[in-house]
Amino acid sequence: MSDMIRRYGFTLTSTFCLLTAFWLLVLVILPNLYLFENSFRPYLPVVDIGGPKDVYTLKNYLTFFDSPIHISVFIWTVVYSSIVTFICFVIAYPLAYYLSKVAHPRSLPTLFLILTIPLWVSEIMRSFAWFIILSLKGPLNILLIDASVIEKPIRWMTGFRSVLIGLVYTYVLFMLFPIFNAIQSLDTNQIEAAEDLGSPWWRTHWRVILPHSKPGIASGSVMVFMLSAGSILVPTLLASTSSRWFTEIIQQWMFESNDWNTGSAYAFLLLILCTLFVTAVMRTFRVKLSDIAR
Amino acid sequence: MSASVELENVCADFGSFRAVDNVSVTINAGEFFSFLGPSGCGKTTILRMVSGFISPSQGVIRIGGEDMRNSRPNQRPTALIFQNLALFPLMPIWENIAFGLEVRGVDKKKRRERAEELLRLVDLPDAADKAVSQLSGGQKQRVAIARALAVEPAVMLLDEPLSALDLKLRQHMRAELRAIQKRTNVTFIYITHDQGEALAMSDKVAVMSHGKLQQVASPREIYDRPANGFVASFVGENNVLTGTITGESGGSASFETALGTFAARLGPGAGKESKLYLRPEHLRLTAEPTAANRIPVEVTDVAFEGNFISIHTRDATGKALVSEARNDGRSQIPERGARLFAEFDADQAVILADGTPARKGEPA
Amino acid sequence: MNRKSDWLFRAYLVIFLGYMLLPLLVMGGAAFNDSRFPSVFPWVGFTGQWFVELWNDPRLLNSFKNTILVALAVVALSVPIGTAAAILINSLGGWARSTLYSLMVAPILTPGAVIGISTLLFWNRFSVPSGLHLSVLGQVSYISAFVMLLVLARLQSFDRSLEEAALDLGANHPTVLRRILLPHLYPALGAGAAIAFFQSIENFNVTLFTRGPYDTMTVYVFSKVRSGITPTINALAVILIAVTLTGAIAYEIARRRKQARLDALGPPPSDDE
Repeated sequence: MSDMIRRYGFTLTSTFCLLTAFWLLVLVILPNLYLFENSFRPYLPVVDIGGPKDVYTLKNYLTFFDSPIHISVFIWTVVYSSIVTFICFVIAYPLAYYLSKVAHPRSLPTLFLILTIPLWVSEIMRSFAWFIILSLKGPLNILLIDASVIEKPIRWMTGFRSVLIGLVYTYVLFMLFPIFNAIQSLDTNQIEAAEDLGSPWWRTHWRVILPHSKPGIASGSVMVFMLSAGSILVPTLLASTSSRWFTEIIQQWMFESNDWNTGSAYAFLLLILCTLFVTAVMRTFRVKLSDIAR
Repeated sequence: MSASVELENVCADFGSFRAVDNVSVTINAGEFFSFLGPSGCGKTTILRMVSGFISPSQGVIRIGGEDMRNSRPNQRPTALIFQNLALFPLMPIWENIAFGLEVRGVDKKKRRERAEELLRLVDLPDAADKAVSQLSGGQKQRVAIARALAVEPAVMLLDEPLSALDLKLRQHMRAELRAIQKRTNVTFIYITHDQGEALAMSDKVAVMSHGKLQQVASPREIYDRPANGFVASFVGENNVLTGTITGESGGSASFETALGTFAARLGPGAGKESKLYLRPEHLRLTAEPTAANRIPVEVTDVAFEGNFISIHTRDATGKALVSEARNDGRSQIPERGARLFAEFDADQAVILADGTPARKGEPA
Repeated sequence: MNRKSDWLFRAYLVIFLGYMLLPLLVMGGAAFNDSRFPSVFPWVGFTGQWFVELWNDPRLLNSFKNTILVALAVVALSVPIGTAAAILINSLGGWARSTLYSLMVAPILTPGAVIGISTLLFWNRFSVPSGLHLSVLGQVSYISAFVMLLVLARLQSFDRSLEEAALDLGANHPTVLRRILLPHLYPALGAGAAIAFFQSIENFNVTLFTRGPYDTMTVYVFSKVRSGITPTINALAVILIAVTLTGAIAYEIARRRKQARLDALGPPPSDDE
């Protein structure tokens, strides 16, 4: 800190500290603490707030644990978000490897520019595109019928099928980029050394490249899982009545029942879920948070 | 303009580690003064304290007689040349040089003029609008000097600025730095671990080890009259013989070793734990014994170095001794295996206290 | 790398690019189809009416204006905050650094719904009603982290002796910041501002919970999709894609020019004069 004052002077250093403190305290820590506190308060009419009924209670969380439907929605959200994460990894890894080690480095900026176009076109448009493609009389069914793969159009938007498709499409790039960065930092000589020592390609991947890309995989997995589990747009657009997403229940509490306290309890459950996932990933891959978020 | 620099009982602590230990030294105005020592001896810390990037944990630093305790780096009459030069990569050369004037509010036209003037001084008249990346190592060096000179400092601080250059250029820049110093008469404080640089350029040299000053003297005195064993072995080469002082008379003593007893000059602080230091160029090899100080040896290797010849020998106990002779083009080079006598004069061998005390916070 | 696998990889890349871009094409196509329901099959006929309808939608124009305002506000807040945080964390070490770092990146790993709800509740406590100002604050809380990461990465390549050299030459602290540090950070600040801007435009989750009665573009499109789908949304998508493409192509041209300039500029001279 004294080094900082010497470099930037007292005024600038305090400005930096104040800006950071504003961000972390006022925008991050306090709101989350308040969310936590609020989730233990009962939902009361305005007149009762601060009155004798306004005491700490576990009622909001019990609402969740007493509702088999909500629990099952929660579990399915976890399961399908994990599946999405895994599919994204399977799709992204070979491509990340190709782009970082095989493709010509000069073509990379152009390729990345093309790849990021869907990112700039907002998430809602991306899911909406699949809403059109997957509709009963949509292009996918017509294409498949024309190619005589199927005879009758398939109802894609039932169960979690379409949600899965939509989430993978929307978030696969969040897996691709971190893995690409990780593999790119691997010295190509190491790959060549492994091949020179007679290692078959799959063993080179398993023993050299995959271990090196661990931080990237961890980072991609955390992002994709968090975005999927927290997604509102994709499930709303692509889910059917038989496939509800946990965020939809949070929305119900917030907007339909106007019960912000139970809503915050549910939101807090989602936060705990993501925290647990991050911790689990850090443990399995033995990476630090600074490796994940870069 | 030029100013003296005084350090009075200066200490620098980093946690429990004492990087600079009670250093007192006076650097006269207009002097070319070098701090010489191995890496980690505390010399860079001294430089950073004089420039104001570190505050001494004890002691006083005065520049031009003025206590610098409350002056920040940008308020001191010093200019620092960094080891990596620290040229601003995003500014063209002339803006680099004129930066010190820019922050002092000099108007643009004057700044440009002054920058071009300084570029002529350092022999780079056409570089004003070039980018830093377009210059070679030696050219960058000169720009760094010009940039430091632009603020007309009273004291110039140089942190091993030549270490990144190759040998030829380094030797050329030595002469150039010396010439610029004489021309501007600014006090130069030069940090280096290269004894050749320190000896060749300086008016005065301070040899440092483990945070302590070992000796402050002219280059000649440092080399010919080292104050202790550390200075003797760090500056130049030495053959070192272990033994004990058996008799003293006036400035000389007899020194008993496994190879015999020799007469030698008694250095400052020589006591029980002393060693005999003998420069290779003072060790003559002869076929027949001529002097009292002599050791029978066998030649083990001969290295021809161009301007001198280095002859490695071994005595009866297996102790290696090195002798150096100037190559005058006529001298005979002994054969490997030849049996000769290594001789030296008593006034060219010195008995000195051994080693240097460990600094505070460091395991002995 | 042998030829066969290289060919396989290339095919895979092409398929992947198709997978990424074709859905956008389908959506774009539907914008020109004269069908009440957005689709490319059956192709009823070419029409521009959905663009006209879009233009005549005052709610859309209003939401567009709101989106831009929010995005500008987010940029104005998150760039200074992220930069300050990066400089601060860069001069720290040990546990203080790792603790602060974890706190700073945590918002990136927090679901948008949680950020939105916590922001809404927190400010409501101080009787600040929901509205776009809360959307800005909520978005800033995680977008600042992106800026921080970008600036921090750029700071790694900054030679700190440049600051010392400037101070030593007599510059005061604001001058060091303005003339030495910020010019080095400009690329990261530019990238940070761009990312902040687009992240804000694209944001839905945080905005949904904090917006109060106001619309932003994503929220408006969302409500349109829910209430009754018309190809005006596709028309909007086409405009978005067109803007993106124009930007992308402009960027690519600028990049190639710069590359060519760099190639033309040779290496520095050597010292063997």
